[in-house]
Amino acid sequence: MMQHLPILQVIVPLLAAPLIALLRGREIAWLATFIVTGVTFVISLLLYHQVSESGARLVYEIGGWAAPLGIVYVIDAASALVLPIVTGIGFVVTLAARHLVTAEIDQRDHPLFFTAWVLTIAGMLGQVTTGDAFNIFVFLEISSLSAYALVAMGAGRDRRALPAAFNYLILGTVGATFYVIGLGLLYMLTGTLNLDDLAVRLADIEQTRAAYMAMAFIALGLFLKMALFPLHFWLVPAYSYAPSAVSALMAATATKVSVYVLVRLMFGVFGIGFVGISDGLGTVLLTLGIIGAFVGTLAAIVETDLKKLFAQSSIAQLGYMAIGIGIMTPAGLAAAFIHLFNHALMKGTLFLAIGVIGAQTGRATMRSIEGAGRQIPMTMTAILFGGLALIGVPLTAGFISKLYLIRALLESDLWILAGLTFVSSALALAYVWKIVEAAWLKPRPEGAPDLHETAIMWLPAWLLVIATIGFGIFASPLINGAVQAAAIFFGGQS
Amino acid sequence: MQDDPVIRVIAKVLIPTMMLFALYVQFHGDYGPGGGFQAGVIFAAAFILNATVFGFNRGRHVWPARLNLMAITLGVLLYGGTGVATMVLGENFLSYNALSDDPIAGQHLGILLVEFGVGLTVAAVMVALFFAFAGRVSHVRLLNKTRAHEKAQAEAKGTAND
Repeated sequence: MMQHLPILQVIVPLLAAPLIALLRGREIAWLATFIVTGVTFVISLLLYHQVSESGARLVYEIGGWAAPLGIVYVIDAASALVLPIVTGIGFVVTLAARHLVTAEIDQRDHPLFFTAWVLTIAGMLGQVTTGDAFNIFVFLEISSLSAYALVAMGAGRDRRALPAAFNYLILGTVGATFYVIGLGLLYMLTGTLNLDDLAVRLADIEQTRAAYMAMAFIALGLFLKMALFPLHFWLVPAYSYAPSAVSALMAATATKVSVYVLVRLMFGVFGIGFVGISDGLGTVLLTLGIIGAFVGTLAAIVETDLKKLFAQSSIAQLGYMAIGIGIMTPAGLAAAFIHLFNHALMKGTLFLAIGVIGAQTGRATMRSIEGAGRQIPMTMTAILFGGLALIGVPLTAGFISKLYLIRALLESDLWILAGLTFVSSALALAYVWKIVEAAWLKPRPEGAPDLHETAIMWLPAWLLVIATIGFGIFASPLINGAVQAAAIFFGGQS
Repeated sequence: MQDDPVIRVIAKVLIPTMMLFALYVQFHGDYGPGGGFQAGVIFAAAFILNATVFGFNRGRHVWPARLNLMAITLGVLLYGGTGVATMVLGENFLSYNALSDDPIAGQHLGILLVEFGVGLTVAAVMVALFFAFAGRVSHVRLLNKTRAHEKAQAEAKGTAND
């Protein structure tokens, strides 16, 4: 059974989804989803263990057809690092989904809601697992289409979810189309879609204009999918009007998977030696990354709606990941992977905790959390820890991210960027302080509805808080994993 | 449109012919042009023609929503199930060779099952899309939740003001 793990990682959720659609009865759909996400989490941990133990790539040939002809699924250090993030967050968020979805979605829609939920996770896992460029597109669409539906389900509470989902659909489709145009050019040039085979054949052919165009189209499509500034406009409404559980799932995983796919294609296929990558793409990523970090942070400071606030902060955090990739060194890429991992934990925490408030008050705004620190202390403390990690306070995972990012910048003599990164992280203090001030220092206004919390509501967020602190203190396994993951993309150079 | 005898008679002749042709495209896909996707669309077109000519309700009556959902999922499960079966038989996912002692017969059987799954799901999804645009059921349900929510919020506000 162990040799089938790479495919089981994808087909367990993929085949569970239609079964969940057929379920009837209270909570059965949730229970099935919970079990499925638990199983995928265990599979991803087993895969991580196998890869880190042996250091080898696991290659699974679908249909028994070998690599360039058939489709292969490949687990290497990089995908083995990203899989547990997606499945782990998926598992914890599903745990929280029980009360969040009951509060926000009509009972009769639960089976279809959870079908889309499991499908979007399956799509993300497929993008990470597959070793075939067109397969990535198919899974990109599977996860995106289900995500559009999930965002639109927010219309049960707020009709603005419908235009948000529609905008997300249009821009997401544009992004996917750009990706597939680039892929078409690559296929025309090389006649293959297998990622390893593409890398070999692209190295052989002369660097042509068509190859540059292919790179530009793919990069642009994935910039849209990962919501890199200035292509981030779909993200804020989509995350803030989606049902709370969906916001948590997507904010923590969806854009991260696109970052991974970008790295996989740019470094794994074109390679650092490709002219457009090292100078062109690097500069673009550094510039857009730092602008995005400032724009997102400043927009978050003036925002009063908590979901929008943290969606804006996601733009900034994605900017840091872009900077990490843009440095174009193994250290920078490792920093990007570390931040990808840590940011998933922080944003998962924050959106789950906000969901507790949102499920009771409709929308979690600065006004609705005034004085909430005394009424729902566990939830608000989770938000506080998430916020501290976003700033990069020591002993949280965010500190490790920022430390490695700034160190990688200094190693490459990018002093100004390192300073700007530091300043923009420090600016995050402003919006975290706003929340602290509202929640603890202000009294609960007269007539405001009473908030309440039970262990089952704050537990999922706290699981992620514990992980955030755990990876902040015992960071070495994560750092080793990220360094190994980055090393495979610089294999030819080191 | 069911009042027009010409349309009615032609539809009644066409619908079974389309279904038969879909099955031909489905199963002859092994040897010639065709396959599950094309066959599914043709098959669904028969249902869509039926609903266009004889009305939404009669179309729904012939092929209820619940049955359609089952067809959608069954197709996917047939595809995936073929893969799982080959895994249980000791080969990789979707290695059809495992399905029979003779590898060629195994490949035939495997692609037949998988394509049938594709055809079933494609046909059912096409019908679902048609009825989703023609009807309004789930939309109404979604907004009911909105109204219930808005009402609850208004009540909460009311009690807060009192």
